[in-house]
Parts: sequence; structure tokens; C-alpha cells
Amino acid sequence: MASPEDLTGEHGSLYAARKGVYPKKVDGPFRRFKWAIMAVTLAIYYGTPWIRWDRGPHAPDQAVLVDLANRRFYMFQIEIWPHEFYYVAGLLIMAGIGLFLVTSAVGRAWCGYACPQTVWTDLFQHVDRLIDGDRNAQIRLANGPWTAEKIAKRTLKYAIYLTVAFWTGGAWIMYFADAPTLTQDFWSGQAAPVAYVTVAVLTATTFVLGGFLREQVCIYMCPWPRIQTAMMDEKSLLVTYKDWRGEPRGSVKKAEKNPGAFGDCVDCNQCVAVCPTGIDIREGPQIGCITCALCIDACDSVMAQVGRPRGLIDYCTLDDAATEKAGGVAPPIRKTLFRPRTLIYFGLWGAIGLAMLFALGQRTRLDLAVQHERSPLYVQLSDGAIRNNYTLKLRNMELRPRDVEVTLSGLPGARLWTEDGARETAGQSLRLPLAPDSVTSAKLFVVAPGAGPARQDFTIAVRALDDDPRGDRETIQFDRPGTEP
Amino acid sequence: MADHKRIDDVTGTATSGHEWDGIEELDTPMPRWWLWSLYATIVWGIVYVILYPAWPMIHGATEGVLGWSSRGQLEQEMQADAQRRAPVMNAIAATAIADLPAKPELMQAAVQGGAAAFRVHCVQCHGAGGAGVKKLYPSLTDDDWLWGGDLSTIEYTITHGIRNPDHKETRTSQMPAFGHDGILEPAQIADVVSHVRVISHQEKPSASSARGAVLFEANCAVCHGPAGNGGREVGAPKLTDAIWLYGGDRASITATVTQPRNGVMPRWNSRLDPVTIKMLAAYVYSLGGGEKAPTPAMAAATAEGPGTEGRGADGQP
Repeated sequence: MASPEDLTGEHGSLYAARKGVYPKKVDGPFRRFKWAIMAVTLAIYYGTPWIRWDRGPHAPDQAVLVDLANRRFYMFQIEIWPHEFYYVAGLLIMAGIGLFLVTSAVGRAWCGYACPQTVWTDLFQHVDRLIDGDRNAQIRLANGPWTAEKIAKRTLKYAIYLTVAFWTGGAWIMYFADAPTLTQDFWSGQAAPVAYVTVAVLTATTFVLGGFLREQVCIYMCPWPRIQTAMMDEKSLLVTYKDWRGEPRGSVKKAEKNPGAFGDCVDCNQCVAVCPTGIDIREGPQIGCITCALCIDACDSVMAQVGRPRGLIDYCTLDDAATEKAGGVAPPIRKTLFRPRTLIYFGLWGAIGLAMLFALGQRTRLDLAVQHERSPLYVQLSDGAIRNNYTLKLRNMELRPRDVEVTLSGLPGARLWTEDGARETAGQSLRLPLAPDSVTSAKLFVVAPGAGPARQDFTIAVRALDDDPRGDRETIQFDRPGTEP
Repeated sequence: MADHKRIDDVTGTATSGHEWDGIEELDTPMPRWWLWSLYATIVWGIVYVILYPAWPMIHGATEGVLGWSSRGQLEQEMQADAQRRAPVMNAIAATAIADLPAKPELMQAAVQGGAAAFRVHCVQCHGAGGAGVKKLYPSLTDDDWLWGGDLSTIEYTITHGIRNPDHKETRTSQMPAFGHDGILEPAQIADVVSHVRVISHQEKPSASSARGAVLFEANCAVCHGPAGNGGREVGAPKLTDAIWLYGGDRASITATVTQPRNGVMPRWNSRLDPVTIKMLAAYVYSLGGGEKAPTPAMAAATAEGPGTEGRGADGQP
């Protein structure tokens, strides 16, 4: 085992060189679970932009698209406009509470299985094993001289790193433009410069963070472990080495010679060898542990070989650890998952989700915004009437052209017209054609008799003249000369 | 205190020698990548100082070997922007102003350009949004025009100005100072004011206004028209409506008749190019009072009733 000096480098040195981590190949239920998560997350990441979704002629046919140029966000049937950004805020809040929920229930599951840093590091570690061999071969190669074989292997490995990193950066930009078109443009050199820059930056960061920095990102750079430690409690699941069962450590031979003098831990170091962050879980809970549980797989397989019960290293809460240490029997894990804290988080999470679904179902796709022009506040007309000017914004969020009717009410004797309309034929309502999926802006003139209160509220309403008559209304002020009432 | 450097037993790391109340500071070494990042920023800084203007001197700064400067970049961007706008500006220049409304996109561009120019050249007198200033400068947003409110007329007014002594095409007219020059006696002026306030529905007819009507016919009708409806060929305001540039109360009208203001607007063809003036005219036109076509010089009494209620404004162009 590494001594403290090995971990921290020479005294007095300005820097500490990274100690190489060469995780050993392992198999077991958690490893297979990790495989599954990796397959699913990578498939979602690389594949999603290629799903097509027919929205008709007025919108792109990509299922998930962040259309920054036109300020639209498409997600399957849902189209989000900039002023509806609260849906995205809601999703972010749900993601936040979801992390609280997961962390309080099963600890750092995000770190161990789903975090992109973990997923890509894992991917690159498989590349290491493919090219350099398993742990011992990797260490030999790393410490060995620069032979032709080593150069060839390193070149090949970094080439694969770069390919994966490039593919990762390339997939990212597909979310921001039509994927097939962008791919074509990208390779023919016609894509926007920002596309090339984004791919270059993401390729570089994936290459460096996933290929080289690896566990240093988790231990030194990432703020999340610090936050997570604050969110866990004594009922959260941790990967725990059960020292009360394992200590003192001794090999199988020693244990045979002195029955009863040694614990279950045979000090085979397999838990350390397989750890992707290079820690020793037997030193207790620590910030370097991302709870990927590969050490559980490793230990369980060793325990099976020496004929001892599994679970020397296992998922265990601090409470259960105390119970077991005192000789009691810990309750089953599923019981620890359902407790007030997790249920409150889940309730909150679900409530926000339901509220968002409800809002999504109820929202109108015709929106009105009226702004009173302040300079001048009102205009005196020659016949004694008073005119107020407004800026009218009509959002037609449906993917078809629509005719709408704008009506004023609550202002006796008032007429309205837009800059395009003839003021001679002005009345209490007017019709406007709206282009599909667009904002129509118009100058609105409202004339009312000069006699009346200095400030008067009235209503401007818009409704569609088609099968969906839902619309929007806004109350706004009409100003006249004179003192306030 | 700094002498107590030692190796911490628990972590095996050297301490920095700082100690406070028994709490010691570990001298944990930085990770190598961190140190490299620091060195990289230093190298970046040096390279930047060589390439770009950086080091302040007494008169200016070091220029940097790339020759870049923020002013130079602004110059470039301004030129690029002028180039980008050139097609639209050329199209506006090539279009007669009366034809602009038929090309909505061009009209919109002109209105926007005019709005920007208005904020630079016109708001000082006519106010933000063209609201005017009471008793000083006319509002440009209402439906009352001294010289006419269609596009061509507005363009002419902006181009040549009003009462510019150095320019023969300028709009010009002069109301006599009836009181100051002794053309009318103060009592006669009071009678004329009564008449004017009667035709603008501010007073009921009286003996004074009847006497004023005769005086009006003799002295005022030649410019303001027999009914007081104004005359646009001389910029004579309409006296029968609710809009009074210099005030419609008795004292204000008396002051105007006694000593008229004869307001002056600068001619802008000496300062602005024709395209800018065209865009300004389009903007002023769009403020709400724009008139479709040149109106007859003598405006007929308009009897525009209130809108027919409940009727949609269908059939708009």
C-alpha cells in the first residue's frame, strides 16, 4: 500500500506529479450496470440529434434542436420560445432537486455512473486496456523506456482518444443545427466558424480531461463532490469497507494458521487495483470515492474465491454501519430509500414536473404584448380628440399562418388603427394576418374623445379567427392632458 | 513562528510554519497541471504584451507588433457596416420619396434610419418622439400641419428649412406684428382675439367677436382664409381646430397678434445628405400624422366624426 510520502511527493517540491492510475479490469453486477449506463448515455448523446420529427414546412424537422439563430428550442412535439424560458428554468430546477433526491438516497450515484467525466474516462480506460493491456502491462509500459513498440502504442492510443474526442465535440454541434446538413457543410468547409471552434474546443477538452486529467477533475476541479458531502446524511448509501468485519487484515494462509485472529480482508489490494480514481476504500469514506462500486465487484469475486460471504465492501449507510458494528442486523436497503427526506424531495420534484406538464398543456400559442409609447405620452389632435400610441407585439407560435382580430374595450368612443391601416376607416377592432412561427410588431394608434379622466385603463384583446379561438388580452393605460384624478 | 517547519505526522506533508492556536497550515504542493497552467498564463501575458497595445506611456501606449487598435477596429467595423447598408441606402436614394410606401421593406428601413437621425439632429427642438415643445416648437405627431404632412412636403421642409435668410428656396412667410407696429389698436386686437376664439369653439359669439369678424376679414383672411382654416402655401395655421402651437387662451393669442414669433427651422441640405433627409421625412411621416397625398392649399373644414362603433376596420389596404 502507498505510504503518505508516496501520495504527496517530495517534501519542499513546488508541485506533485500525478500518480498514474491503472485500473484493473473487473467484472460483476456493478461493472455490467456501468456498461449499461454508459451505453444508454452515449447512445442518447450521440444519437438524439439524428432523430427526425416532421413539423411541416414552417419549422425544422429535427426532434431535438436548439435553434439559437431563430431563438427556438424544439423537443419533439414541444416548441419553446425565448419568453417561455421558464420551462427550461423549471427543468433545471427539476435537475437540481433530482440530484438532491438521488444524492440523499443513493449518495454519489451521479458521479459514479452518469457524470460525463466518469463516462468518458471509463471509455478511455477501456481504450487503454485495448491497446496497452490490463493494469500490470500498462504499468510496465508506462515505466519502461521509449521503445518503438511504446511509441507505436502511444500513437495509436492517442489517435483513438482524438477520434473519440472529435466525435464527442462533433455530436455537440448537431444539437444546434440540422444534423445531416451540418455534417455535409462541416466536411465541405462551409459550416459556420463557430461550429469548427466548438468542435475544436470540445475535442481538446475531451482529449485532455478524459484522456489525461481523469480523476484529477473529480478530486481537484469539480465543485460537486464538496456540495454532495453537504447533501448526504447518515441514511445515504455509501460504498463502505466494513472494517469491523475485515480488520485486522491477513492472508488466507495466515488466517488458517491463526483462526480467529484475522478479519475477512485478505489484503489482496484488488479494491485498490480496480479503482478508477486510485483510492483505497479501506481508509474510510473520502472525497476521492465516486461510488462507482467497482471495488465491490472486485472484493465480492475475491470473497467468492476464498469462500467467505460477499459484501465486505458494500453499499451501506452510516447508520447501518453503526448498527452492524454494534452487532445488529441492518434493515434492507429499499427501506432506507424511502424516508421523509427522499419522499419530500420526490414530492417536490414530481410537483414541479406535473405543474410544468399542466402549464404546457394549457398554454396558448397566441400571445399579445402592448407597450405604451411614452414620448409623447399623448397627442392632441385638431378635432379635440386625444391619440395615444402603442407598440403591439403579436406572437403567433403555431406553425401555420393565422388571421387574428385585435379589439379594444373599456374606452368609450375609442378607435384604433395601425400604421398600415387607414385612419379614416378605423373602428374598435382590426384584423391582422400573422405569419407562422413569428412575432409581428405593429404601431398601434388609439384615439379617444378629449374629455375624460387623465388616466384610464382599457383592454386590448387578440383572438384567432380560426378553429382555436383562444387568445390573449392585456390591460393598458390611456393618458389625456390634465391632472390626475 | 516561521521556523517551526516540520513534517505533519498524519498526512506526511510539510507544514508551512504558520500556526494559530495550535492549528497548523499544511504546505501541500500544487498539482503539476495547476503549475503548468500558471506558467502558460505568464507566457500568454508576455506574448499578448508583445502583440497588442498594452504598456501605458506618457502619451499613448505601446503599439504592439500586430498594429491592432480598438479605434482601428471600430473604423473597420464602421466601414464594413456602411458597406453592408450600402444596397439599402442606394435603393432609398434611387426611389422617389412618394414611392417609398409602395415598398414596405424599403419604407421600414427608411423609418428606422430616420429614427436614428432624428435622435441626433431633431430632438433638441422637436423633442423625443417628435412631441414638440409647447409654445416653442410644433409637434410632429399630430394631424395638423403648417406646411403639409405628406412625404414630399415634409422632405421639402426638412431640406430647405423655414425662414432661412441665406436660401431662396426656403419656406417663408411673415405675419405682420399687428400690435407692435400699430396696425391694430389694442381694443381691435381684443375683438379679433374674440372672433378667433369663437371660430375655435372656445367662446360664445359676442358683440366684440362680431366686430372682430370684420377686422379678421380685412387683415387676416388673406393668409388664414375667410373661415380661418389656414393656408399651407404660406404656413398659416388653421385657427379653427384644437391645436395651438403658441397657446389658444386669450393672453397667448393676443401676444401672437401683437408680436408674432415667425419661428425658424434650419435648412438641413447644408448639413445632411439627401438620403438622410429622405429617411427623416419617412420617420416624421410615420409618427401618426402622415398624410397620404398633398392636400389642397386651403384646407376645407373637416368634419371627421367619431368612428362608427362596433364596426371592424375591414378592407384596409
